[in-house]
Amino acid sequence: MPKVTVDGHEIEVPDGATVLQACELAGKEIPRFCYHERLSIAGNCRMCLVEVKPGPPKPQASCALPATEGQEIRTDSEMVKTAREGVMEFLLINHPLDCPICDQGGECDLQDQSLMYGRGATRYHENKRAVTEKFMGPLIKTVMTRCIHCTRCVRFSEEIAGVDEIGALYRGEDMQITTYLEQAAKHELSANVIDLCPVGALTSGPYAYESRPWELKKTLGIDVSDAVGSNIRIDSRGREVLRVLPRVNDDVNEEWISDKARYQVDGLVRRRLDKVWIRKKGKLAEASWEEAFKKIAAAKPGKDIAAIAGDMVDCETMFAAKALLKANGSKLVESRQTGMDYDVSNLAAVNFNSTFTGIEEAQAILIVGSHIRWEAPLINVRLRKAVKRGAKVFVVGPEWDTTFSATFLGEDVGVLGNLPADVTDAFKAAEHSAVILGAGGFAAGAHGAAMAAANTLGATFNALHTAAARMGALMLGFASKGGLADLVSAKPKVVLALGADEVDWSQFADALKVYIGHHGDKGAHAADIILPASAYTEKAGTYVNTEGRVQMADKAIFAPGDAREDWTILRALADALGVNVGFDSFGELRAAMVAEVPALGEEGLADYGAMPAAPALAKASGALSYPIKDFYLTNPIARASVVMQRCSDELIHGEEIKEAAE
Amino acid sequence: MLADKDRIFTNLYGFQDWGLKAAQKRGDWDNTKDLIAKGQDSIIDEIKASGLRGRGGAGFPTGMKWSFMPKESKDGRPSFLVINADESEPGSCKDREIIRHDPHKLIEGALVAGFAMRARAAYIYIRGEYIREAETLQAAIDEAYDAGLIGKNASGSGYDFDVFMHRGAGAYICGEETAMIESLEGKKGQPRLKPPFPAGAGLYGCPTTVNNVESIAVVPTILRRGGAWFASFGRENNHGTKLFQISGHVEKPCVVEEAMSIPFRELIEKHAGGITGGWDNLLAVIPGGSSVPLVPAEQIMDAPMDFDGLKEVGSGLGTAAVIVMDKSTDIVRAISRISYFYKHESCGQCTPCREGTGWMWRVMERLRVGESTPREIDMLYEVTKQVEGHTICALGDAAAWPIQGLLRHFRPELERRIAERENAVPEAAE
Repeated sequence: MPKVTVDGHEIEVPDGATVLQACELAGKEIPRFCYHERLSIAGNCRMCLVEVKPGPPKPQASCALPATEGQEIRTDSEMVKTAREGVMEFLLINHPLDCPICDQGGECDLQDQSLMYGRGATRYHENKRAVTEKFMGPLIKTVMTRCIHCTRCVRFSEEIAGVDEIGALYRGEDMQITTYLEQAAKHELSANVIDLCPVGALTSGPYAYESRPWELKKTLGIDVSDAVGSNIRIDSRGREVLRVLPRVNDDVNEEWISDKARYQVDGLVRRRLDKVWIRKKGKLAEASWEEAFKKIAAAKPGKDIAAIAGDMVDCETMFAAKALLKANGSKLVESRQTGMDYDVSNLAAVNFNSTFTGIEEAQAILIVGSHIRWEAPLINVRLRKAVKRGAKVFVVGPEWDTTFSATFLGEDVGVLGNLPADVTDAFKAAEHSAVILGAGGFAAGAHGAAMAAANTLGATFNALHTAAARMGALMLGFASKGGLADLVSAKPKVVLALGADEVDWSQFADALKVYIGHHGDKGAHAADIILPASAYTEKAGTYVNTEGRVQMADKAIFAPGDAREDWTILRALADALGVNVGFDSFGELRAAMVAEVPALGEEGLADYGAMPAAPALAKASGALSYPIKDFYLTNPIARASVVMQRCSDELIHGEEIKEAAE
Repeated sequence: MLADKDRIFTNLYGFQDWGLKAAQKRGDWDNTKDLIAKGQDSIIDEIKASGLRGRGGAGFPTGMKWSFMPKESKDGRPSFLVINADESEPGSCKDREIIRHDPHKLIEGALVAGFAMRARAAYIYIRGEYIREAETLQAAIDEAYDAGLIGKNASGSGYDFDVFMHRGAGAYICGEETAMIESLEGKKGQPRLKPPFPAGAGLYGCPTTVNNVESIAVVPTILRRGGAWFASFGRENNHGTKLFQISGHVEKPCVVEEAMSIPFRELIEKHAGGITGGWDNLLAVIPGGSSVPLVPAEQIMDAPMDFDGLKEVGSGLGTAAVIVMDKSTDIVRAISRISYFYKHESCGQCTPCREGTGWMWRVMERLRVGESTPREIDMLYEVTKQVEGHTICALGDAAAWPIQGLLRHFRPELERRIAERENAVPEAAE
């Protein structure tokens, strides 16, 4: 642990720390543009110059200089002040200073730092450089004249995303950042460069000219577009969510989110269910809450009532539904909408046991039926890190474009019973190893076989779900032994669909189908009664991600129109059906839920106990396929989103942008 | 004046053939096995004793540089020698003469130097525009391979050593050692941050030394004739012989090998036939290639041409590319053109050079016609100071120094042009 002196104060810094980190430890602010904790060190902006002795008699870039024993660092000397002013002046001479019309205004590093470290006036009287806009796809808007060439975006796409999409052309003052041949940035995490860009060169396309940062209400939320449970900040104004940004959580999403999590929010104001609808003579007609409740009560469900939860519902909603059914004497609940019936008696067997941070340490990884880039882009980032550290990755399933080197073992899941020698050797040599079972593997019924394979390989078994609601549902016991088939065979009179849009409703042809949800999607199309409910931004809730991490989200805005928070609908339905569910407020509901499942009351990883023995004679065969056919359109919100639709058209289906002809 | 018997580059003018046979007649590849048999440490000691300083511009002691290379590979990484033949500095043209007329000196030097620093192979990075030179060099390398002088069991020494030639694509920045390494690896030529230094992690992450062509080519002769012989030329700390490249307003521009520390006047009189229009007509000299500050006539005339001597007059030896300018020169335009060169060749990686070179050039262009104010001269000087020493590589310094030299010595000329223009522009009647 070297000791250094920063502005006269001696401090001890960890081995391998840079001078910049040493200064931060000493509580000194070092201005920077190119330096970013999660990217490699470029040292090109020259803003972090400090004076270091011993060393040459000129300022040094602190981000790239290792802190060594006995260094005397000065951040407050005249030399440092002039150096910062000089660099700031250079950065600004060709910067357009169009802050009043720039979307970065108010959250711009260049603005902030020029205020703190710049000169008051300009001495540059030449013409400024102008750079043509670059096309980077439907999500990233470019104003390249503002670019200060920090190369954060280049380093992000190379190092984190693992695709060589963004780079620099030309040299000197003609240098330009662009995508290769000005093609759209296609990676699922591409929009993170918008957050990384310290100036307004790369800004959010869909959010262009929408709002200023100081006008927004910021709410802490949890993303529901996949089962990673990314920590997000929901920025809203009035009754509209304007944008979603990532929050830093090193255990979950580091500081990235997928493009879907970021940009599906415009779907929150489209195709919304904001009124009660009742199907009359095959056609949906507007109705009142009383009529709807009366109609449900008239069906006299008694214990013949079932509930199916969708992929994005929170634990509280599911608990309220379960309580309602219990009061009616029914246990017909299920959250695996597509009919999967894997064994859920032990939650450790359906959990991502390595944890997200732990998977980085694995030296051998076997992926069974998972297109991880589409199912959980942020776990793909972790896998890439593991491979960078030397991990070997094998995939069973159809080939997809990995961002790391991986060996595909064919589409037939039968290979699990007879793994080739290079796989077994890699796992034998590995201290930490993992088997990841994804959506395709679950759908093919390979759960037992994958567990058995993990057992023989001595690897940690991991289940990678795609539904944000899945682990919470399983913790609440919102599942039946035989899956959806149990519900079908019970022939319920009333089926409550809690945002369930992936169910084959023809199975419930004779039942009264009540859809409680927020989007007019597949579930609403099949419903007899529609009760408008809240989306994830419109209610507080508890979510459990695929590694069993319990996280809570706050309510950002109110639901539109007549829509209500889901639990209040279920509470009112209890009155209509003449039963008592035992809670009258959200607080009571949550307390009852925590009393039943204590783990849901505590944020953090839930403990599911030991892994069960792999089922004997577990075998699987047949070709795997991936359930997600289109990354951008996996849930009703995304399907309603114009931005996601455009991404799907342009980035996946390669259609030309349809510009209006004037 | 250097005696003919003491010349290292005996075919500098190309009067003889460059091929292997002719080179061997001139003494190249003469028992190279014995040179190698001296052993690594004794070769490095001999080079240290000769006082050879790097001929690429910075003048770092060559023997010391080699001694930074690891003595043994602890993790199996090989070491590499990279030879910098990306001679792109305006005014410099010595490596070209060596490569096209005496390539075997370079190849033999590569073997001996590579052996001394325990390198597995040498990469010669040659400037893209040197098309014929690259052809000659490649032919010479092939000849040497065929004769068993390099390759497996090079020259019968039992040491395996390969020499590869790599052609650049014409970027000046690729002459910077770490940018050259990037370029060799197939990436965009942009300097790397130091540390780590190339001797620790260079080409493909392996220990690497980057040397100039001339530094390597003189090595076999130094070893044959002894370090003391080489050290007998020049002043203390500036030993040896050096290729001077004299261009500009002299009667006979030439590339010539001379002893270090030769006075400027003697160098020009003996080899370049004097200044055009006589010594009274001399305006200024850029003594070490375009990147060093100019020196006005009265200061340069009797200055010794070596590292320390030129440092004393506020300039540097650089590559010893002597650019002579007589009084017919528009000195402001000359420096402005150099400014344009650095603006054009800036790699764009770090801020002060990317933004500063363009700014400096534009101000210089206006100063050339006097479209400025005296205050702006001070501002320009401040801008050069903001670039100098704030960049990743030395190109920032190289862009700032010529302008600083001009401002230091020719400020009255700049002010005269400003005043002249001011007087010439008629005011509106009003």
